[in-house]
Amino acid sequence: MIIRILVVMALAAFAASACTTANGAQLSTHVGIRIHYSHFDQTKIEVPLGVPITFTLINDDPIEHEWLIGDEAFHARHRAGTEAVHGDRPNEVSLPAMSMKTTTLTFDTPGPLTFICHFPQHEAYGMVGVVVVRS
Amino acid sequence: MRRFLAGFAAVAAALIATTQPAAACAGLIGPNGAVNLLRTTTFAGYHNGVEHYVTSFQFAGGSGQFGSLIPLPGIPDKVEKGGAWTLQRLIRETTPVRRDIALLSANAAGSADKAIVLLEVRIDALDITVLQGGGAQVGQWATDHGFRLPPAAPEVLDFYANRSPIFLAAVFDADAAKARGQQIGDGTPVHVTIPTANPWVPLRILGLGKSADDRIDADVYLLTDSRPALLPYPFANGMRLDHSAVATTSLLDDLRSDKGMEWVPQSGWLSKIAIDASASQLTYDLAVDAKGTSPSRVAAGLQAPANVTGSSGQPTSDQIALIGLALAAFGAIFLLRKSQPVIG
Repeated sequence: MIIRILVVMALAAFAASACTTANGAQLSTHVGIRIHYSHFDQTKIEVPLGVPITFTLINDDPIEHEWLIGDEAFHARHRAGTEAVHGDRPNEVSLPAMSMKTTTLTFDTPGPLTFICHFPQHEAYGMVGVVVVRS
Repeated sequence: MRRFLAGFAAVAAALIATTQPAAACAGLIGPNGAVNLLRTTTFAGYHNGVEHYVTSFQFAGGSGQFGSLIPLPGIPDKVEKGGAWTLQRLIRETTPVRRDIALLSANAAGSADKAIVLLEVRIDALDITVLQGGGAQVGQWATDHGFRLPPAAPEVLDFYANRSPIFLAAVFDADAAKARGQQIGDGTPVHVTIPTANPWVPLRILGLGKSADDRIDADVYLLTDSRPALLPYPFANGMRLDHSAVATTSLLDDLRSDKGMEWVPQSGWLSKIAIDASASQLTYDLAVDAKGTSPSRVAAGLQAPANVTGSSGQPTSDQIALIGLALAAFGAIFLLRKSQPVIG
C-alpha cells in the first residue's frame, strides 16, 4: 500500500515537474542520474533556465564518486584541488559508495555546463557529462 | 562446480601510502592514481586437483600501508609463507643464457549484503584476508578498509565475482616491514593452496588502473602433470609462450626442497607465459585445461557465465528520478506533519 502511494505521489510530482521553454520545449525539472561502473548513465541533459532543478544522484558503485557541475574555470580549480569531501554547496556533491543524494540548482544563464567526477583517473575514465540550460 | 583454478593477479589499490610493495601479477596504484607496475612473476602449480599459487610482495620503501585485492578461483585451504627460492629457481630455469655463460656457470657451480571474511592471516608485514562476496560487496569492504580503488574496479570486480566470488586482500604494513628489518627489494613470498577443478590465471585485472597504452609485463609459470591446453593461445595477443617442455628433474627436485613445496610431483610439464601487452589488449584471462583438451571460454573471459544477468535489474534514470521524487514527497509530508499546529 505504501509503495502504491509513493508511486502515485511520484508520478503526480513527475507529471507536474516539467517546464516549458521559450521555444515550447518541455524540459523536466527533476533529473535522475545513476552512476554505474564509474560512468554517468546520462551524459547530455537539457534543463530549463531560471527554475529550480532537482538532481537525484545514485551511486551504485562500491567506490566513492563525486558530481561537480560548473564552467571550465570551476573544473580547472577542482582538477588541481585538494578538497576531499564536498557537502555544503549544491553544485558539489560527494557520493559515498552505494549512496543516493539529491541537490537542487537554479541555472541563471543559458548554455552548457559540465559535470565531472574529479577523483583521480575518473574524468579520464569517462565520468563527464553536460547540462545544457535552455531559455 | 566452478572450473577455475588458481593463479591470480592482483587488483592493486592504494591505502594511505607511499610504499610500493609489488605483488606478483599486480598492478600497483599509488595514492595519487599514478601507476607503477613492476615486471612480476607468479607460479601456479596444479597437481591432484589442487592449485598451489606462489607470489611475492616486495618491499619498495616508504611508510604507511599499501594494499592489493586479488581475485581467487576458489576458497583456499591454506595461506602461508611461501618458500625462499621457488620463484627465483623458475626464472633461472627458463631464462635463456649464452653458452659461454652457461659453461662458466656449470664450471663454477654445478552474505547477504556484506563480504564474508573467510580467513585472516598475518605473514611477516602482510595482513591477508580472504573474502567471499560479489563485486559490490568486496569493493565495499575494500573501500571501508581504506582501499582507494581505481574507477574501473567496480566493473572488473563484478567480472571476476561472476566467475568466482573469492578474493584475497593483502595489506602491506611498511612500518612493520621496517621494524622487522626488511630492506628495500626484499620480498615476502605467499603460498596459497586452493582445491579447484582446473587452473585459471586472471590477466585482465593486470590492466586495472592503467591507461589504454600503458604496458603490462608479467611472467606466469605453470606446472601441470601433462602438457596443458591454453585459451587464448599465447600468440599475437600480448602473450607469448616462452617455454613449454617437460619439467626437468633438477627443477622439480629443487622446487620440492623449498618450504611448503613437498607436493611437487616427480614429473610434470612446465609452461612459461610472458605477458607483454598494452592494458587495452588485456581483455581476457588465461584459461587452462590441465588435461590438455578444452579450456573454458568462460574462464578465459571470452564468454559470460550462464548465471550472469547483467545490470538490467538496476533502475533507469527515469526510475531514479521517480524514486527521488517519491522520497522528496514523503519527506515533505513528514515535514508538513511535524509543522502542524497542535489543536487541543
